Amino acid sequence: MKRVVAAMSGGVDSAVAAARLVDAGYEVTGVHLALAEKRYAGGGRGCCTLEDVHDARRAADRLGIPFYVWDFAERFQQTVLDDFLHEYSQGRTPNPCVSCNQHIKFAAVLERAQALGFDAVGTGHYARLVEGPDGPELHRAADPEKDQSYVLGVLDADQLAGSLFPLGDSHKAQVRAEAADRGLLVADKPDSHDICFIPDGDTRGFLRERLGGQDGPIVDATSGEQLGSHSGAVGFTIGQRRGLHLQQPAADGQPRYIVDVDLERNTVFVDRRGPCADPRARPTGTGPLHDRPRRAARAVVGCCPRSDRCALSRHPGARFGPDHPHVLVRRLALLISPPHEVGRALLWMPLLCG
Amino acid sequence: MHYLDHAATTPLRPEALAAMREQWEQVGNPSSLHTAGRRARSVVEESREQIAAIVGVKPADVVFTSGGTEADNLALKGIARASGKKRILISAVEHHAVLDPADALIEEGFTVERIGVDHLARVDLDELEWLIDADVALVAVMYANNEVGTLQPVDEVARVCARHGVAVHTDAVQALGQVEMDLTGVDSVALSAHKVGGPVGVGVLILDRAMQVSPLTHGGGQERDIRSGTVDAAGVAGFAAALAAPKPDLVPLRDQLIAAVFEAVPDAVLNGDPDQRLPNNAHFSFPGCPGDALLMLLDAAGIAVSTGSACTAGIPQPSHVLLAMGADDSLASSSLRFSLGWNSTAEDVAALRLALPPAVERARRAGGIR
Repeated sequence: MKRVVAAMSGGVDSAVAAARLVDAGYEVTGVHLALAEKRYAGGGRGCCTLEDVHDARRAADRLGIPFYVWDFAERFQQTVLDDFLHEYSQGRTPNPCVSCNQHIKFAAVLERAQALGFDAVGTGHYARLVEGPDGPELHRAADPEKDQSYVLGVLDADQLAGSLFPLGDSHKAQVRAEAADRGLLVADKPDSHDICFIPDGDTRGFLRERLGGQDGPIVDATSGEQLGSHSGAVGFTIGQRRGLHLQQPAADGQPRYIVDVDLERNTVFVDRRGPCADPRARPTGTGPLHDRPRRAARAVVGCCPRSDRCALSRHPGARFGPDHPHVLVRRLALLISPPHEVGRALLWMPLLCG
Repeated sequence: MHYLDHAATTPLRPEALAAMREQWEQVGNPSSLHTAGRRARSVVEESREQIAAIVGVKPADVVFTSGGTEADNLALKGIARASGKKRILISAVEHHAVLDPADALIEEGFTVERIGVDHLARVDLDELEWLIDADVALVAVMYANNEVGTLQPVDEVARVCARHGVAVHTDAVQALGQVEMDLTGVDSVALSAHKVGGPVGVGVLILDRAMQVSPLTHGGGQERDIRSGTVDAAGVAGFAAALAAPKPDLVPLRDQLIAAVFEAVPDAVLNGDPDQRLPNNAHFSFPGCPGDALLMLLDAAGIAVSTGSACTAGIPQPSHVLLAMGADDSLASSSLRFSLGWNSTAEDVAALRLALPPAVERARRAGGIR
């Protein structure tokens, strides 16, 4: 029987994933990852998200599996958090979940698990692993709304071979119903949308505290006219339209989007062109370019995990590269040769449609 | 399961269960004036007398509490607040039940100074001499350390304090039932029932009647008006019965355990005083082995041990005791406590001897991954 670590965040997805691993006959050990910066209070026994630890522990109790907390806070700080801050300081918007999967969950945790005699790490990610001719392939989840394959695209073949995603074939509603059937108290726990280490959701406040920030202008990229001001350019994201607090609406009443963030001049540029229409086309974090580039070159290149709508081929005139940073954002591209994905890469991609 | 974590809690002794069952089946508040109340009161007082006799104090000195932590809190805060003085001296290796109330008193204007320990965790008496003065409200030095098992020279601490007219508190939660205690000159002592096979939720503060102490809880005036609240007659009867039950001599089994660990892991390091230590405690560092990984692997092999202190979330923390003894962070995170109890057997030790080598090998492989 395979021995598996079920990474349990305290949420409903990872609880059901762990339950399914138990049902599938694996010998499962629940592990909660302590990743937050330690806050030392009271008796000097600093703790992070106590409620989440409690919820995860209760789910493990319910499943009758052992449960432990593994402390990767230092590694998380040195990789995910530092990368997060570095990317923002360079005017880019990282996705910390990607680097967490790459450096923590399917690296440090998987390595530690394997050293301790486990065979794999299972998580509550919505993604599917399909056995292909060259080993396991990462495929999109059955639930297009919840698909998380895009945050797993950075995993290499060895990491995929050590991974289990028991929720890939399910829809979120099924998972919640199953949690309720199993008597898991987290069945109706709200989804977490925030970045786990910024629990109040105030990313710009988090960044200002760590990277500093001075007041600066918000400028129309076409006319050069100053439309407003901001309290620090760090933390603005290309494509963002909310939170600009522009004094002057556009003449045509259309919303304006950030098209460039110039940190050197502490200036945010906006324009009326909209971002990629697919709301799921999210920018991702850092990662290596890898996977069969020659086959990729023959493939259709899509800029978001599930859609070829924004494929480069549909924008033959799109210019991209370091010369045109104001329309570029780094994001994960799946290299698609229908019906299979043949590779994954992090590319600089044009964000703005049309 | 091979349970080697008796210092955390030890199984209820049958004698305690019988005594408690007898009380649970009867009604009576020890403060009531009728027959049922008098009966309950007599059970409480008999338990008090029994505990006092075994510990070697006067029955009137025994104040029942909800456990060792409350007893330590009552002593630290109660004595400090009533003293009119503003300095508190505690050893650097105290349990959190002493460290934390002391720290809490800082907010009230107290100065808390920690007395250092040597590499065996023995409190530095010269440092105590250097720090102490008549302006000290209280000195707290535990009778035996809960992690590494070192017995403290509490009698000598008491002599030093007596010369300066300073009150002495000792947390004897781990020592009770393990060693003969000399409490001469000690003003207050914290005890806990469940460490000796009594129920969880029952403790005692032995407090000299002459001591001025301000209560933490106010109410019905029970326990000399120091600790209001209905006394748990069944619980204290269970405590007394557990304490009175015959105790096995654990020293031979502990020495067997220590030998087995060295045999299994030759580079293991025994922490604490090799001679002046609790008969049921063996505490080791395993260089290069994360303690939590080792605990998990032994747990999977059916052996229950402890890494010492963990935070509320369950993350093992580098032990403040080992750090105070001069260990570095990595050694302080690579240690395990094995503790024996009244029903421990040679089979428990044999199981540990078998499980330890593969667990240590695996944990070492995981050691570099942080």
